Amino acid sequence: MSKLEPGTYFMQGDEASVEGAIHAGCKFFAGYPITPATEIAERMARRLRQAGGVFLQLEDEITAIAAIIGASWTGTKAMTATSGPGFSLMQENLGYACMTETPIVIVDVQRSGPSTGQPTRAAQGDVMQARWGSHGDYEVIALAPNSVQEMFDLTITAFNLSERYRVPAIVLSDADIGHMRGTFVIPEKVEIVDRKYHTKPVSYNAFAYDENLVPNFPKFGQGHRVHITGLTHDISGYPKTTDAKVHEALVTRLVNKIRLHREDICRAEVINPHADSLVVAYGSPSNSVYEVVNERADVGLFRPITLWPFPEEQLRECAAHARRILVLEMNMGQIYWEVERIARKSPCEKIELLTRLGGDVHTPEEILEKLA
Amino acid sequence: MNFFDFYRQDRWPHMFCPGCGIGTVMNAFFHAFVESGLDQNKTVFVAGIGCSGRIPGYIRADSLHTTHGRPIAFAGGIKVADPDLKVVVFSGDGDLGAIGGNHFINACRRNVELTVICINNYIYGMTGGQASTTTPRDFFSSTTPYGNREYPFDLSEVAVAAGANYVARWTTFHVKQMKKAMQKALLKDGFSFVEIASQCPAQFGRYNQMNSARQVFEWLKASAVPRSKASKLSADHLDLNLMGKITVGEFVERNRESYMKALGVLQ
Ligand SMILES: Cc1ncc(C[n+]2csc(CCOP(=O)(O)OP(=O)(O)O)c2C)c(N)n1
Repeated sequence: MSKLEPGTYFMQGDEASVEGAIHAGCKFFAGYPITPATEIAERMARRLRQAGGVFLQLEDEITAIAAIIGASWTGTKAMTATSGPGFSLMQENLGYACMTETPIVIVDVQRSGPSTGQPTRAAQGDVMQARWGSHGDYEVIALAPNSVQEMFDLTITAFNLSERYRVPAIVLSDADIGHMRGTFVIPEKVEIVDRKYHTKPVSYNAFAYDENLVPNFPKFGQGHRVHITGLTHDISGYPKTTDAKVHEALVTRLVNKIRLHREDICRAEVINPHADSLVVAYGSPSNSVYEVVNERADVGLFRPITLWPFPEEQLRECAAHARRILVLEMNMGQIYWEVERIARKSPCEKIELLTRLGGDVHTPEEILEKLA
Repeated sequence: MNFFDFYRQDRWPHMFCPGCGIGTVMNAFFHAFVESGLDQNKTVFVAGIGCSGRIPGYIRADSLHTTHGRPIAFAGGIKVADPDLKVVVFSGDGDLGAIGGNHFINACRRNVELTVICINNYIYGMTGGQASTTTPRDFFSSTTPYGNREYPFDLSEVAVAAGANYVARWTTFHVKQMKKAMQKALLKDGFSFVEIASQCPAQFGRYNQMNSARQVFEWLKASAVPRSKASKLSADHLDLNLMGKITVGEFVERNRESYMKALGVLQ
């Protein structure tokens, strides 16, 4: 049984992510066990073989991300899954994937930190790490699911966006969503995107690009004879380590290929967009907001599904109507600053943060109390 | 095939220092590769960061210049994802023995189908001559101004102990043996490892009163002892290259089941 048939299924969020990956065409998984992402590796170990792919358990997370980047250069869709400590270890090679424009998918099921923290408790402490964790300037794509359904859907979206833009895509989940059990639906039709390949040998100028800013992919073993390096390179792919102009052109393109396509990449869920009070929440805490907005027409929800790049325009529109904004996060304030930056210029009087640490999510009562 | 069908003439002159042993390694490798009959279009060259890491950039083939210490980790992913490709790694002693040590021993243990060539110059060349995990005891470097007090690694013995299918070590003096070892390694199933003790006159020589490439080269030559003889010397020798001696020869040749066969990826 390769991919699951369309229909309704009941499983854990982590497991639904595996089924999403297989649906997207993932044929290679490498990982290292870590709570609360281990179930992804365990299901991959069983399911990938059935789906004609390979599962590897490797010596650490540095190896895992290196292996999926290597696999991706053979034209294979590849993924790893981890939690905060492992995600920290992956950062150098995450930057390498950005620099070499390698499509990969990382599922980070967040837990409390810093350090080993509380392994089984949900948190949202890796949001800024996902954006800035590697050194240098770059842009990645990060998506935040809040249900078992979205663990399936957004894993597919992550593969699609990663393939389209030749960039790492991160599914930024958390322990509650990863371990949550529930139903999800696999629809009849699922859109799958594959990267654009060079069809004729390119040898020279393998990184030439058009106004889309995404070069075609010269997969290994096709006679392209390309050189791929994490050093600054020009369109030939060869190192140019002392030329400021080459570096600026490369990094600007790597950043712009994401920024210019924000409309295609950014997703958000909005309820009661013209409400007086706007709650901004993503991942686990957003589930408590549904109850609130169901009862209160004067409270709205803005849920960024794409965290990076942040759905700036969509938020600005809602913020223009809001008298106050309340941001819910399971951290000491990360997306809060993004919201503050975007909403600052709106007439909104108050932009506040309601924090929950240690794995407890905000209750609807707490939210209402804060808004009272 | 001539030399410049294999190497990228358009990228000449290369960036290696005068007298560097890498030239000898590249020359021997060219002959080994041609005689092995492997397909350049179906071979991927992978490297980490360091002087030795620059070799794949000069080869006219698909190549992945990765991060410091990690080439074996990337290479394993390439090989398993597309078993039709031959994957060759070039690495330095810092890349392989220090920051990448864990990848090295685990890839040997799994017997991953890779050929790894390590250019051991006993020092960090690229970053200006700091001590490495293979710097012999009492030798000098920019970070051991009073002499190195640590015991070094014997990379080849580590590879044997960890389970590689083929392991050989030669110096840049032993060009014929080096070429033959590389050729055997390229055609060997499972993990094959060739370590080349190589001269770095610019750093290792400079810090150790060997002021020319020739002097370092002479030191390598004089230090080389066949492994068969070395085993009769004092038990101390396993601490490292015999406290200044370098054991050379074939360390192991065996046929443990290779990784992808064990995994069922390959029959
Ligand atoms: C994570 C990381 N740490 C440190 C460095 C700096 N660095 C570059 S090459 C190198 C050591 C090179 O020595 P070796 O691997 O022996 O190769 P050689 O240059 O001697 O061939 C170091 C420490 C780096 N690039 N990345």
